[in-house]
Amino acid sequence: MKILAAMSGGVDSAVATARAVDAGHDVTGVHLALSQTPEAVRAGSRGCCTIEDSRDARRAADVLGIPFYVWDLAEQFREDVIDDFVAEYAAGRTPNPCLRCNEKIKFSAVLDRARALGFDAVVTGHHAKLAIDKDGVPHLSRSVDNAKDQSYVLAVLTAEQLRYAMFPLGDITKEQVRAEAAVRGLAVADKPDSHDICFISNGDTMGFLRSQLGEQPGEIVDADSGAVVGEHQGAYAYTIGQRKGLRLANPVNDGKPRYVLSIEPVDNRITVGTAEALEVTTVEANRPVWTGGEPPSFPWRGTVQMRAHGGLADAAAEIDADGNLLVGLLTPARGIAAGQAIVLYDDSQVVGSATITAARA
Amino acid sequence: MSEVYLDHAATTTIRPSVIESMAAAMRDTGNPSSLHSAGRRARKAVEQAREQVAEATGAHPVEVIFTSGATEADNLAVKGGFWARRAIDPRLTGLAISPTEHPAVHDAARFLQQHDDAQLHWLAVDPYGAPVPDALTRLVETGTIAIAATMWANNEVGTLADIPAIARICHSGDVPLHVDAVQALGRIEIDFSALKLSSLAISAHKIGGPQGIGALLATRAFTPVPTSHGGGQERRIRSGTLDVASIVGFGVAIVEAERERDVETRRLAKLRERLIAGCALLDSVQVNGHVADDRAKAHPGILSLHVPGADADALLMLLDEAQIDVSTGSACTSGVSEPSHVILAMTGDERRAKQTIRISLGRTTEAEDIDRLVTTLPQAVERARRASGYQPERE
Repeated sequence: MKILAAMSGGVDSAVATARAVDAGHDVTGVHLALSQTPEAVRAGSRGCCTIEDSRDARRAADVLGIPFYVWDLAEQFREDVIDDFVAEYAAGRTPNPCLRCNEKIKFSAVLDRARALGFDAVVTGHHAKLAIDKDGVPHLSRSVDNAKDQSYVLAVLTAEQLRYAMFPLGDITKEQVRAEAAVRGLAVADKPDSHDICFISNGDTMGFLRSQLGEQPGEIVDADSGAVVGEHQGAYAYTIGQRKGLRLANPVNDGKPRYVLSIEPVDNRITVGTAEALEVTTVEANRPVWTGGEPPSFPWRGTVQMRAHGGLADAAAEIDADGNLLVGLLTPARGIAAGQAIVLYDDSQVVGSATITAARA
Repeated sequence: MSEVYLDHAATTTIRPSVIESMAAAMRDTGNPSSLHSAGRRARKAVEQAREQVAEATGAHPVEVIFTSGATEADNLAVKGGFWARRAIDPRLTGLAISPTEHPAVHDAARFLQQHDDAQLHWLAVDPYGAPVPDALTRLVETGTIAIAATMWANNEVGTLADIPAIARICHSGDVPLHVDAVQALGRIEIDFSALKLSSLAISAHKIGGPQGIGALLATRAFTPVPTSHGGGQERRIRSGTLDVASIVGFGVAIVEAERERDVETRRLAKLRERLIAGCALLDSVQVNGHVADDRAKAHPGILSLHVPGADADALLMLLDEAQIDVSTGSACTSGVSEPSHVILAMTGDERRAKQTIRISLGRTTEAEDIDRLVTTLPQAVERARRASGYQPERE
């Protein structure tokens, strides 16, 4: 097959590309230039996709002996991922930009362009397992490395998109990926992983949002007493379940820490409460995407994941006529925010994904 | 299937005679600045090459300053020239630059604007990208222009500037004119003295010499402030141990290039005609710059094509896949093609600037290469248009 390999300059995509080459495919490497200030040379492990990353990707392609190009998708990335990220926070929700990038950039803009140019599939270094059965139905499941599993951010992809995707790293751990890179002579074997959000290179999400949305001081209110317990500089910067950075001027003195329970963007108010108040057992979600192309039978029972890391619970789900999901958690969960994805799993296999609209006790 | 190289404006095949002469030079030891016999041998080789460069360009040997390439030569002329002129007369803060210049001139000028308060005056260009000489007349009369700079042959679209006319205007106004002649060398007769230019930049690897060596031609009166300080070589304008082997190679290349210039120019012009005829069959493709072979107006070996609806990147990739090497204009380092500033200056059309490819012919180009490209283009263009979401206009 003629495969387009998305090479970020990191070790995962380098090894994934190497595996595609070994499998006998006709592979071309592409580095996605998504940053609008690419001149920056990478420092440490935050952020991604600087000139240094581009060079690392190119060198990996050189070692593998495949053609290499850089595709400039910075404008589209700004519109579909960065602007969406800011807008979601402004609306009081908590977005996951990696989801949006997979959905709109990697497996949409890139995939469409690749197919138009004659490629059969896009390969990436995501940690997940993907198999397409003989009927063309995709089966996406967790990688063997639980800590690095990225099936959560891939669950937003439709069956149609998954049919043109390849994830060769699903059967090995991160350690094994690095070991394989070293054996293959890929210089990125020791390159640190990038954490946090790729377009916020210093890791300061709050600072970034402040630079985009400006300071908008507002009240922090206690859920039980109704009293104003503090002031914030912009409700957009907070997320459900957040405890750090609250700086309550007049905290309720009962010895219990306070967490963000809700964010009201219109009144620019944050409500805080105790840990118990954070617990939810019902989650509503909309715009479901079914990995296999068809919804499962309802009522459904399995495991759900409601955050990129953690946020797991056994659950039962129902669907209404408009395609909205009502999910009952069998164990309460905390820090469940509107805007995040809720991914449904049958054991380790992804059933589908939907966007959380509400969560309550 | 063999590779078809049609990016000679980026770099061209090194001449076998150059390789031999360089290898021979490398086998001897000597720093041309040394006083002893080893040094003198190296010095002799350098001076011989200097005379070859001078003769080929109508300059005096003392006017030839060897540099690491045309970029360094352009920087010396623009930045060094500006600083030198302003030091003599603080009112000389202006730079008259064509907007179609190579980044080596363009960015050097911008640097001066941002860091040295230079007043940047962009010359008007015609729709083919040639600077309008009259635009310079008024500027020169202000008495505030430190340096004027215009390229002879545009590297992206091949349009030639009317250097004699521009030089006359600058000379009569006592404004030093710097000419980037990188693409003109070997294709157009360069007579540095007769044109009364102040400075000129050339590069070896565009004429079949090695990469990494070029020259700044500078009259005795033009002493730019150095951009790099050190041992004082090259009239104290360009310090650094001379790259003897590369200089020798440059000399050999320039002699050969001059010797074959007439014949080669005519040969290339015919190939360019063949290419244009082949491209005429493509749907809606246009030429940026001059179509007809006019030795006074167009470089015989450069053709810039506007392919509406196709991202240049996508087209390049498809042609690359078919083993055909072409480009979008200036080679760049980040791997992402910027929209051509030359096309922008000529047409103001940003989309056109992103849908333009450049095909450039050279010494090793044959008719078969043109034919390979012409047969491959239709499908590549169609595919690239699809990949770019092109919807052809319906009747």
